[in-house]
Amino acid sequence: MNKKILATTSLAGCFGCHMSILDIDERILDLIELVEFNKSPIDDIKKFTKPVDIGIIEGGCCNSENVEILKYFRENCKILVSLGECAIMGGLPAMRNGIPIEECLKEAYIDGPTVQENKEHILPNDEELPLLLDQVYPCHEIVKIDYFLPGCPPRADLIWNALYALITDNPMEIPYEVVKFD
Amino acid sequence: MAEKSKINQLLAQFGYDKTRLMDILLSINEMQGFVGQEDMQNISDSLGISMAQVQETLSFYHFLSQKPRGKYNIYLDSSIIAFMNGREAVKEAFEKYCGISFGEVSDDGLFGLFNTSCIGMNDQEPAAIINDKVFTNLTPYRVMNLVEGMRAGKHIDDLVYEDYGNGNNSDPDVRAMVNNHIRKKSIILKNDYEPYSLLKSKLKDYSPEEVISEIEASNLRGRGGAGFPTGLKWRFGRRTEGKHRVIICNADEGEPGTFKDRVMLTEYQELVFEGMVVAAYATGADIGLLYLRYEYKYLLRFLNRKLAKMREDHFLGKNIAGVKDFNFDIRIQLGAGAYVCGEESALIESLEGKRGEPRDKPPFPVEKGYLGYPTIVNNVETLATAVKILHHGAEWYSNFGTKDSLGTKLLSISGDCRYPGIYEVEWGTSIREILAMSGADDVQAIQVGGPSGMLIGLKDINNLDNSELMKWYKPSGMMIAEKFFDRRLSYSDLPTGGSIIIFNNSRNLLREVVMNFMDFFIEESCGSCSTCRNMPLLMKNKLQKILDGHGIRKDIYDLLNWGKVLKASRCGLGQAAGNPILSSVFHFRHLYEQRIQSLTSFDSGFDLGKATATSSEFVNKKPAFHHF
Repeated sequence: MNKKILATTSLAGCFGCHMSILDIDERILDLIELVEFNKSPIDDIKKFTKPVDIGIIEGGCCNSENVEILKYFRENCKILVSLGECAIMGGLPAMRNGIPIEECLKEAYIDGPTVQENKEHILPNDEELPLLLDQVYPCHEIVKIDYFLPGCPPRADLIWNALYALITDNPMEIPYEVVKFD
Repeated sequence: MAEKSKINQLLAQFGYDKTRLMDILLSINEMQGFVGQEDMQNISDSLGISMAQVQETLSFYHFLSQKPRGKYNIYLDSSIIAFMNGREAVKEAFEKYCGISFGEVSDDGLFGLFNTSCIGMNDQEPAAIINDKVFTNLTPYRVMNLVEGMRAGKHIDDLVYEDYGNGNNSDPDVRAMVNNHIRKKSIILKNDYEPYSLLKSKLKDYSPEEVISEIEASNLRGRGGAGFPTGLKWRFGRRTEGKHRVIICNADEGEPGTFKDRVMLTEYQELVFEGMVVAAYATGADIGLLYLRYEYKYLLRFLNRKLAKMREDHFLGKNIAGVKDFNFDIRIQLGAGAYVCGEESALIESLEGKRGEPRDKPPFPVEKGYLGYPTIVNNVETLATAVKILHHGAEWYSNFGTKDSLGTKLLSISGDCRYPGIYEVEWGTSIREILAMSGADDVQAIQVGGPSGMLIGLKDINNLDNSELMKWYKPSGMMIAEKFFDRRLSYSDLPTGGSIIIFNNSRNLLREVVMNFMDFFIEESCGSCSTCRNMPLLMKNKLQKILDGHGIRKDIYDLLNWGKVLKASRCGLGQAAGNPILSSVFHFRHLYEQRIQSLTSFDSGFDLGKATATSSEFVNKKPAFHHF
């Protein structure tokens, strides 16, 4: 059997979901037998080098770069999975959604109590920097997402079971307690 | 800040009663234009309630303010009829001449411009409330004159540009340029009745039990829209033990498109008050409350004068109508701007000085209502009808209407017709007849029962499969189709609280009408249930997406499925909040179908340029993408 190709990325997330992937512990050895990693922080491949079977997205989109990477993933991955609260709902970053973006920038760079030296009231606008979006968007409001794995972070067993099911084309068992959080 | 002594005086006037918090806040708001932090602190200290309790009531009602508003506060009606009659131009004129945008107060504190939901003037839109006075039939030119007058510091009464309206609208205590527009009179509106005749003679011959039986025999049902049998409600109220019993007249008519209560209270208030006394007699109630929406504040002084006269004539007070120990009085409670307070349990909460959030039911108000007492809440029209029934007898009443819906209904007809106004029609009148009597041609659609009712159309263009929808969507059961216009108003066929809005073929139903109705529900949700707080906004955004040309078939199914979620809301507002979209999907499916992309299976409608526009401008950097 050919190995499935896997890619992962973290957009507006905290890398907690990626940590949770690592939490599959020794099963990572099994995983490596089953898949080959392409673009991912795990191997630091920057650009897709071949078509990918499964793309895993952590985090929602808070700036233009997130959007472009997400679209880049959609173009190159057969299956796209939203992993965790931020990718699915926007998560903690989306708490700024009720506040106008101007206010957020002002608070961060001009008026905030921790701002010490910005007498010229410069806002970051270097060419290299991406632009912030008006709101933080969940991934499925930008591109089509095929699967959603909830949790903050999703527990390692859930990630393992889901990946295993996707890789082997088997249905996945989702016990009630895995998706019920309250 | 008002001086503490003034506040104390006010509090003393209301007996340091925390259930009168609404009146206290309204008084302070009227005195100085807003209720500030210190005022809240004073109230909280003196009434022994927490700041949070004061603030939660204060922040709930949109005619109350925590920040100073203008010397002249202009509340411009934002109902669909206003838009159809040129609101946009009027709004722009206000903004131009006042030099501020809506939602703002001018720097010199002279003007405040605010949007407000339907103020019950749909037969004379665009209309605005300026310092509690209603200004109807606005035009940009009139706005210019108004603003000039205000800049010159004129008194609000001197700004009136039309004659005062007909009937009691010209009464010295009303002085409103509002016209009644009564277009068709039947048994309720006919002037064949000497007010209070029932109290003067007949009532003491009836036992309370007999009054209830007579109302039951007449099969009178609530005229607010829900249609609960009135006699049964009175019986339940009478049966429940309580130290006091309460009769509430619900005059918080907030459903966009209805204005019948306005006319009833202007011309037939004696019938309404008499109805309250009769209801009190039947149920053994001793407390009477009339909840008057803030928009009709211009009637308050006039109504209070009428009540004073009743007291003088011993139709209120002790041993009324010669019946020993029949004691009853009526107090008018002013609302402060909240549609949801038309829901009876929310109305009771508001009467108790709290936020107008609906209660969980049961217990129903007849068991545990105002201050925990058995409470009967009746619509203005219901109470007036009860008087006529008792006067003429239930048998006489059964000559009118249809078998399952006896009597008549007041319709508030507005929109694209030549004669908007109040029509009293017998139940059983068909839509076709209504269109004919109001002079409506070229009709595209009719909204029956206001935004929470449903939109109906002329032709059966809708040959798509709605069977899935039909399983759960019962907006009170009705059909589209040519044959539809021969359907008749009745509780079993086409029930309505009386709001009829007509749209002709020049109207854009989705973009103008449905979007306006969704805005209304988003604005008026009390926020208690997460379904009603969130879903209408999500549904509106989805509709916007379809209108923007990004719609896909799934979006239509999403709307239908999401609408289902709203049925879990606690009160009628939340349950109805999706109806503008649902009923238009149901009756005007083609309008949706022609806008969606048939060959695309996914389109999120996300636009990176739009999403970064604000921050791009703010940090002064041109968007340059492709970072990786």
